[in-house]
Formats: sequence, C-alpha cells, structure tokens
Amino acid sequence: MALPQVAPVKTPQIEEVPADDRPWVTIVWDDPVNLMSYVTWVFQKLFGFSREKAEKLMMDVHNKGKAVVSTGARERMEMDASQLHGYGLWATVDRA
Amino acid sequence: MFRRNGSQCVATFAVDEVRVLRKVAGEVVGLLMDGFDHTDPVVSRLFPDIYPDRPDDSAEFRLYTEGDLKTGKIDQAGAILAALPDDGPGEVRLDGEEAEAWLRAINDARLAMATRLDIQSDTDLGDELDEAVIHDPGSSRVFQLSVYAYLGYLQESLLNALPDIEQA
Repeated sequence: MALPQVAPVKTPQIEEVPADDRPWVTIVWDDPVNLMSYVTWVFQKLFGFSREKAEKLMMDVHNKGKAVVSTGARERMEMDASQLHGYGLWATVDRA
Repeated sequence: MFRRNGSQCVATFAVDEVRVLRKVAGEVVGLLMDGFDHTDPVVSRLFPDIYPDRPDDSAEFRLYTEGDLKTGKIDQAGAILAALPDDGPGEVRLDGEEAEAWLRAINDARLAMATRLDIQSDTDLGDELDEAVIHDPGSSRVFQLSVYAYLGYLQESLLNALPDIEQA
C-alpha cells in the first residue's frame, strides 16, 4: 500500500552560491617603480599570456590602479601572489 | 646597456658601472641577510602583506613562504655579482635564465632605492635630480637618484634585448 503523500520539501535554491564558495582572486596594484615593459614581461612569463593580453592587463593596472590577474582556489591565488612578489610586483589575494 | 647577440643579452660595462652594480646588488643581499624588520618600508615593499586587511592570515602565510622568497631574492642578486667582472671594465653575457635573474634583481634594487628616495607616481626624476644638484651636487641623494635612473635604463635595455617569449 502506498504511504500517505507528504508535501514535498521545498527544494533549496541551488543557484544561490554560499558566500564561502566564492572563488578567490589575485590582484596586482599599481606602483611608481615597476616599468610598464617589465610588468608586461612578468605577466607573459608567469601566466603564459599573449603579449596583447599581458599589455592590456598592465594598462589596467596602470590606469585603474589595480587589476585581477588570476581567479580560482585560495591556495592557487596565494601561490600566484607569492610568485609575483618574487618578481617585485605588489600583489594581494581577496575574495572575488 | 644591454643588446641582443644571438641567443644572449650582452653589455659592456665601464669600471664605474661595474662598481655601482656590485654595490647595489651587495646592498640588496645585505638587506636580506640582516635581521628582518617588517616595519622597514623597504622590507614591506619587497615582501608585501598578501591579505592587507587580515594581518593574522598575512602573518601565517608569511611563515610558510617568506624563507623561499628571501632565498630567491638573494640568489637573483647573487646572479648579478656572479656575472660581473671582479673589478675593472668588462663584458657581461647572459643566457635566458641569467637575464631573468638580472631583471628581477635590478627590480628589487630599484624598489628598495625608490622607497628610500620616496619616489611617487608623479615624481619627475629629472626635476628631482636638478633640485638635488642645486641643493648639493656632492650629496648622497644626487648619487642615489642617478643610480636609480641608471638602473631603470639598464632594466629597460635588458627587457628590449630579451628574445621574444614563446607563448605557453
């Protein structure tokens, strides 16, 4: 025999990502010392970006004061920032 | 200044340039080998907080990474000292890996000097130098500003002499 019908449980809204699942980002900040050509070279070298993409990012840093250079898991972003520090770029990690 | 020669970056340095580069690279090594004072603005620029608003997280991260970062920076400054003639003028020939170490080390030296010289984004180096010369042509500031400007030109020439980067 069939059990009495129970009202269905309200399905959770899966499209709403909990705050803790937001990805992390690596941010590079503008500074008055690093040469534009050097910053472009670092982006190409470290992230394998094309010259065009690296130059666009460098210009973002220069004009807007900062730019997101990578997005992903927290540990990856920490590694990216640390490598950028090795090149002397001013990098920080934050929530996306 | 550097130029491209085959697969190498080549520069011929006068005796004064060799001495300045030795001094500058030696100072970076000295700064890194000495006791580390994180309240020193030069140290906080070379080793920035990874989480500016979360000092505890920054400190924890530092604990695991700072040693390697410091060793890397000492090694790259060492690459300058290793490639230079002992004393007197001479030619320096760098392969790709050595050129990268030089670029990074010159950059560290420029960051350290700029912090001490209080270089800002609107600083005009030429004006700054003129002013310092008028004030006292023999001052350490005149020397430091000249070296800082020289290192910028040298770094730019090395970037221009690098072979094109293959896309990953």
